[in-house]
Amino acid sequence: MHFALTEEQKMIVETTRSFVENELYPHEDEIERTGHLPMEMVRELQAKAMEAGLYAANMPEEVGGAGLDTLSWLLYEKELGRANYALHWTCVARPSNILLAGTDEQKEKYLVPCMKGETWDCLAMTEPGAGSDLRGMTATARQDGDDFILNGTKHFISHADIAGFAIVFMATGEEDTPRGKKKLITAFFVDKGTPGFTVRDGYRNVSHRGYTNSVLEFDECRLPKSAVLGEVHKGFQVANEWLGATRLQVAATCLGRADRALNHAVEYAAERRQFGQQIGKFQGVSFKLADMATELKAANLLTWEAGWKFEQDTVTEADMSMAKLKATEVLAMIADEAIQIHGGMGLMDELPLERIWRDARVERIWEGTSEIQRHIISRELLRPLGG
Amino acid sequence: MKVLVPVKRVIDYNVKVRVKADGSGVDLANVKMSMNPFDEIAVEEAIRLKEAGKAEEVVAVSIGVKQAQETLRTALAMGADRAILVVAADDVHQDIEPLAVAKILAKVVEEEQPGLVLAGKQAIDNDMNATGQMLSALLGWSQATFASKVNIDGDKAVVTREVDGGLQTIKVNMPTIVTVDLRLNEPRYASLPNIMKAKKKPLDEKTAADYGVDASPRLEVVKTTEPEARQAGEIVPDVDTLVAKLKEKGIV
Repeated sequence: MHFALTEEQKMIVETTRSFVENELYPHEDEIERTGHLPMEMVRELQAKAMEAGLYAANMPEEVGGAGLDTLSWLLYEKELGRANYALHWTCVARPSNILLAGTDEQKEKYLVPCMKGETWDCLAMTEPGAGSDLRGMTATARQDGDDFILNGTKHFISHADIAGFAIVFMATGEEDTPRGKKKLITAFFVDKGTPGFTVRDGYRNVSHRGYTNSVLEFDECRLPKSAVLGEVHKGFQVANEWLGATRLQVAATCLGRADRALNHAVEYAAERRQFGQQIGKFQGVSFKLADMATELKAANLLTWEAGWKFEQDTVTEADMSMAKLKATEVLAMIADEAIQIHGGMGLMDELPLERIWRDARVERIWEGTSEIQRHIISRELLRPLGG
Repeated sequence: MKVLVPVKRVIDYNVKVRVKADGSGVDLANVKMSMNPFDEIAVEEAIRLKEAGKAEEVVAVSIGVKQAQETLRTALAMGADRAILVVAADDVHQDIEPLAVAKILAKVVEEEQPGLVLAGKQAIDNDMNATGQMLSALLGWSQATFASKVNIDGDKAVVTREVDGGLQTIKVNMPTIVTVDLRLNEPRYASLPNIMKAKKKPLDEKTAADYGVDASPRLEVVKTTEPEARQAGEIVPDVDTLVAKLKEKGIV
């Protein structure tokens, strides 16, 4: 077992971090203030990200990505994760891997423009009545000859406002299983502008200013069979095969922001003087720093190990859940303690801490709540014993 | 034309340096090391010459400890075609002095026959600012130092130099040695696809002994100290007192 990064990995970290610090950080204040990314700025940063080979670098080389192994990809995600989410997601986009599951025609129509930065993708699964319980979805697609007709509502759909199309998961039937009836799900590509498909503004939320979510409404929206992604009734299989590592992506981006918050806390503890000495000399502060650093290292190691196992094809669901659970909770703890160390100053928007603290909140909810992750971990423990 | 770019592995410019307890130098154990920023500018300029069709090949060379291989990989990831590592020390704390570096570079030049050597004007660790000039003397080549603009025009190079109080433009005969200054260009990011490709580019490993150069130190470091801590300021009641104080200190 060895833990050293390769020369390439070190360089990937270096390039990505320099880009994030030099090109993304300077725009953060504006986005925090306005909650909006002006399109001229997006275009300029996209062009710079493409020049640095960072844009869509998560993708394989054959389709114009960087062809990174899982660990290198996670290191890249960690560095991007330091910055405002809307900035890095929009300007250094990582198109969903699920686009690779499409037919050649679908890749040409959807993947290629995403790689070129001409458009963005979005994924629609969640419904007002179906969050963690995805199979409880009520939006449907019924077959009509060779066509499908979509009806229902999806919400919390990230980035749907700027996306040119949505990958939508719909119930297309039911099957009998030993544990009762289960819904069959099918994934579809739906272009913006398709009659019967409406995208409405979603909710304003506490985390990630500039990030948007939308409500997607389908009212007798007719799609040809060629819009099916993967096979009919096999939507979950496509999702499981191609979206496997998204929990690790969330973990990695959290590690980046946690590291940023910790660095602020360490610097402040060394600089700030009260009662005639550095506040870092008070055990009340120094022990906090020690705990923050230790927890962060644990979260890093869990994530890298899961990434390494993902690459070896030996990763388990629990491995990825542990990484996601730990990284998101450690980020929350570090953001909170970094503010505590800064005192009142930590709450002011002069420093990125108040936003890291706000942004941390969603991470314990999306891509599976902390409770769902714990469920997955405990299930893996108990199942062999008949639990 | 082939361009040779010497690059040095130095302490990263963002690192807060710490002097070793015995004062013999700066502590480099477990410290982040990077390519000397002036050398990065030289690599960038060489790649731009290649992109402009004025150079065919860019060869990066580093002289130092084995770990300088990482620095060369960065040069390759930026766009250099191949690299030569000359191992001349085992201990990361041993600096290889400009004359030894220049002697080794002279041998590399003899072997490689570049039309241009593009080097950083100095390394940010010891600020010697001597290697390029010494190499010029050893080879009997022309030199243009502190370049903020380089224009290769056939067998001449027109170089704008940043000198005290202004700019000076000179024309030198090729082959030549140009040492670059901060404002020459803005180095690119090593792009992710190029980082992945860099591994496949050739990197030859040599030693100082291969070139018959003795790289052992001639200079003795007597003492290394940190800059003096800034003194606390003093608040004065009015402008008159301020002027009086400044006069007292001989500043105005």
